[in-house]
Amino acid sequence: MVNALDARLSMYHFYTAFAALLIGGFFGLLQTLVRSEQLTLPVDLNYYQVLTAHGVLLALVFTTFFIFGFMYAGVVKTTGEFASHRRKAAWIGFVLMLIGTIMATTLILMNKATVLYTFYAPLQASPFFYIGLAFIIIGTYFAAYAIISQYRSWRKEHKGEKSPLFTFMAVATLVLWLIATIGVVTAVTLQYIPWSFGWTETINVALSRTLFWFFGHPLVYFWLLPAYMAWYVTVPKIIGGKIFSDSLARLAFLLFILFSIPVGFHHQLLEPGISEVWKYVQVVLTFAVIIPSLMTAFAMFASFEIAGREKGATGLLGWFKKLPWSDVRFLAPFIGMAFFIPAGAGGIINASHQMNQVVHNTIWVTGHFHITIGATVILTFFGISYWLIPHLKGRVLTKHINNLGKYQIVLWTVGMFIMSAAMHFSGLSGNPRRTQITSYNGHEAAASWGSYEVAMSVGGTLLLFSIFLFIGLMINLAFWAPKGSEEFPIGEEFEDTHQLPKLLENWKVWIAIAILLILIAYTIPVIDLIQDAPPGSPGYQFW
Amino acid sequence: MHIHKLEKVWIAIGFVTLVAFLTTVGIQAFASDGHHGAPSDLTKLDPEKVHETEPFDDPGLHKIGENEYELVMILESYGFTPHEVRIPEGSTVHFQITTIDVVHGFEIAGTTVNMMATPGHVNSMTYTFEEKGNYLILCNEFCGTGHHFMSAELEVY
Repeated sequence: MVNALDARLSMYHFYTAFAALLIGGFFGLLQTLVRSEQLTLPVDLNYYQVLTAHGVLLALVFTTFFIFGFMYAGVVKTTGEFASHRRKAAWIGFVLMLIGTIMATTLILMNKATVLYTFYAPLQASPFFYIGLAFIIIGTYFAAYAIISQYRSWRKEHKGEKSPLFTFMAVATLVLWLIATIGVVTAVTLQYIPWSFGWTETINVALSRTLFWFFGHPLVYFWLLPAYMAWYVTVPKIIGGKIFSDSLARLAFLLFILFSIPVGFHHQLLEPGISEVWKYVQVVLTFAVIIPSLMTAFAMFASFEIAGREKGATGLLGWFKKLPWSDVRFLAPFIGMAFFIPAGAGGIINASHQMNQVVHNTIWVTGHFHITIGATVILTFFGISYWLIPHLKGRVLTKHINNLGKYQIVLWTVGMFIMSAAMHFSGLSGNPRRTQITSYNGHEAAASWGSYEVAMSVGGTLLLFSIFLFIGLMINLAFWAPKGSEEFPIGEEFEDTHQLPKLLENWKVWIAIAILLILIAYTIPVIDLIQDAPPGSPGYQFW
Repeated sequence: MHIHKLEKVWIAIGFVTLVAFLTTVGIQAFASDGHHGAPSDLTKLDPEKVHETEPFDDPGLHKIGENEYELVMILESYGFTPHEVRIPEGSTVHFQITTIDVVHGFEIAGTTVNMMATPGHVNSMTYTFEEKGNYLILCNEFCGTGHHFMSAELEVY
């Protein structure tokens, strides 16, 4: 059982995350209804405001709060309770993130920041929108301090022992985050804030986009790695199996640090001002992420097979039937994993020059990240919530809630399948993303998109129902479920390895390699973007 | 570090696939006939003086050879200049675009014509229209509350 003070810390993060999920999810449904021309928004709320709020609340706020709530709980579980100064740092982080969230959301709803969650210049929001975003990021630095310093003191007190796998993974995720945010922090503090206050007249647009995507791609790994933590550490225990390999799990996380950052140009493949050669260099590094992804897939299925065979499964695939399909704690992350197969393939398509040409900025891309973050990651987070919320609140996941939880997961799966399939298919014929209405005055090229838009709204409706059910079940688990002790599942290793290769916990080496790769991939193109820049752009408020 | 034999095989297959994919993408981008690299024009201009800068001082369709055209387009919130273009079937078109305000997308639905216009930069690509029809040119990057009105037509006759 996590101690009460640290449990409260995690719970406040979850309350905020779930509130963001509810509001952001509702905005998502509104978008599908507007796009399919079934709903007209009131005049003082425009589609693009709703779209901005949906992106900020779900992609930035929901994820970040949930991830820190989860990481705190796991770190405390595996390394002991937080020293009070660390818990204090974590609370400061929480408050800063909350202030930032409220500032950003308020400005979006006031129609002073209708710039979408990627806030591409030279669309210019109120300076306080960017300051709000900065607060969120500064808050995460306090949070990162709490976890990393806890890890360091654990290692000092346990010389010669390998660190708990969960905490190691949390630290790896934060190392990735700290390096990645350098890009967006630079852009926001040195470019956006002075420019939006009017202290500088113009902004270097190409540079701001490059700095954004330096952050934007590892951001998706910041969402994904906590899901992988649940897959590697907790799922083996839930299915009654073992962690396949502790050291390979650590290696996979380290490889994600190396190959998720120097790759941002694959989001800018169709942009002028960056040479083809540097784009290709980053495409090569992008593809390298396939290796740790395949290692993860192997580890998952290996631990499934081990669990099934220990329960007496025979034959080539007999173990598959022995998996606990009726346990929502397993069902949810498993469906998430299944979604990641097409999602990973889609990612490879998007990063390939020629195929990207067909899908870039079409709603195919929206479909892609709704089956990665919106299915793989969030289904895993749902699965985590079903045991972690009662664990933290001293209650138990009853059979009844487990069964309702399965309906919630199935509702989400079906909704997301319908919505994302419609997005992928209509994207292939050019249906653009981020667009309020796509009928283009009845143009023949757009004729097929309308029925897909309707399908998206059907999927979106199911998704919102799933969120309602989820929130209801979470309230039940937090406040009404029977008291007791719900397990925090931490898997054991298949073959106990007491000694790790020393290199695996030598952070200096891995951070140095990461920085080296970043310097190789970015130095020359960034110098070009700065030295050889065209005249900058003034700000525009087209809303 | 112990690595299971099957995992070695699995990773090896992954690695070979990776190299095969990258080779394909690389050859197509740099060494194939059609030169299918990403649109990466490095030409720069002053985004506030677009109308005075060549070739954007004369936007429109220019015939430069047998069945070959240059199409110079200016993008702004919320329109394309020119916004109606007609070309004969089988024409090869060299697109040259830029924006006078925010970031825009330039997409011709149902084709592989797709590129970004960022202020201060010219972007370009080439496409051959083999089939007759009414093509829809649209902006696929959010450029303000009228973004969904930003489209143009290209007729291949």
